[in-house]
Amino acid sequence: MSDLRRTPFFERHADHKARFVDFGGWQMPVQYAAGIQAEHRAVRRHAGLFDVSHMGEIDVRGADAVAAVNRLITNDLEAIADGQALYTCLCRPDGGIVDDLVVYRFGRERVFICCNAANRAKDFAWISAHLEGAVAEDQGDAWAQLALQGPAAPALLQGLTSTPLADIKRYWFAEGMVAGVPALISRTGYTGEDGFELYLPASQGGAVWDALFAADPALLPIGLGARDTLRLEMKYALYGNDIDDTTTPLEAGLGWVVKLKKADFIGKSALEAQKAAGVPRQLVAFVMEGRVPARHGYAIVDAEGAPIGRVTSGGPSPSLERNIGLAYVPTGQHAVGSPLRVEVRGRAEAATIVKAPFIQPGS
Amino acid sequence: MYPTELVYTAEHEWARREADGSVTIGITAHAQDALGDVVYVELPKVGASLSAGETFGVVESVKSVSDLYAPCDGEVVAINETLRKDASQINSAPYGGGWICRVMPSNPGQLASLMTAEAYAAHVAAEAH
Repeated sequence: MSDLRRTPFFERHADHKARFVDFGGWQMPVQYAAGIQAEHRAVRRHAGLFDVSHMGEIDVRGADAVAAVNRLITNDLEAIADGQALYTCLCRPDGGIVDDLVVYRFGRERVFICCNAANRAKDFAWISAHLEGAVAEDQGDAWAQLALQGPAAPALLQGLTSTPLADIKRYWFAEGMVAGVPALISRTGYTGEDGFELYLPASQGGAVWDALFAADPALLPIGLGARDTLRLEMKYALYGNDIDDTTTPLEAGLGWVVKLKKADFIGKSALEAQKAAGVPRQLVAFVMEGRVPARHGYAIVDAEGAPIGRVTSGGPSPSLERNIGLAYVPTGQHAVGSPLRVEVRGRAEAATIVKAPFIQPGS
Repeated sequence: MYPTELVYTAEHEWARREADGSVTIGITAHAQDALGDVVYVELPKVGASLSAGETFGVVESVKSVSDLYAPCDGEVVAINETLRKDASQINSAPYGGGWICRVMPSNPGQLASLMTAEAYAAHVAAEAH
């Protein structure tokens, strides 16, 4: 593990009895002493703190950085205001997904991008190669990032900042001080719960971690294991599992971040053509009827046992206490309520396509 | 730290000789800790034949799927049905309520080649490096 990178919070994870895994070249906590299910429930019921410092940050500056970035992404930066964030795909000319991003519009001259850890070098190279009239800087090493998620998150964070959090609506952001540390405070997350993502100078992140735990004895640190179960219950795509270079946003159910009416962008003509022709397959949400979990890579098979699709994410849902998953299936076999057969160790196990998300947070 | 009355496989199963000649099989405290929250166990069928070193079932945690390996040849004479409803017993009582199955060994001498608690502890320590 010697060549794996560590975040500024590594020692703090060890203090919380973290078990570490290699994730995108980083040595990251997969769970802490409480375990994945307890961590998952803490986020749904109270609050949890995630170290997401492995995520990449790319800062784009130029006379019209908004227009420059808008040419690379599927969603529309012109449709939001300064101070707003946008979830989007970054696509290849053929419509395949280079990465999914959260893009922050600071102003016409500055756009700040958060990307997946494993894609950081690829994204930076792609963005640098295709940007016109703006310059990208890889700031991944400069930032620590924490995600504070759960119904108790707003009150907990408000105790550590004078920035009025009630004024930061969902997918808006502000700059302020948190526990004495300058922060980009973003009302975003990957859990379905209310909460914030905090971008902090890498050398000062520890003070914020410590202040949050000091302020709330019930706060739990949350590892990648629960991050995965939380996002899966919301059908939030995970790059490398549910989406990649070979899948398009339309196939992945991300058509809502593809704005075909905006000015030209990379991948637009391919996505227009696919929309006109109809997508051949679609990412669906399913629930297993029995007790066997479905897992990433398992085949979806027809009545004769021939593969017709594949599971991209799957496992137990701690909220539902059932086994859930996502799978690509051929268009026409994707309707909610349709039966699926998931091949598990040579057997066909019954599943049913359901409406996503699997749960309604806050209910 | 591992019960001395048990013997152990390199794949982290334990085996216990019972008075009637059968052998009870489970996974070790170390194995359940490494897996995390166990959510599902695929048990062998009563009457199934196991072969030493071959897989006979699966244990799944929230995150992972792991095969179970037979410590000896034999026929399954009992399975722990309670695990179907509460697989978490493997976490809470790996040497007790979390037992997986009982086997009547056809070649009991094979158990002598498994690890003692002391040797297993050394094996776990070596795997950590």
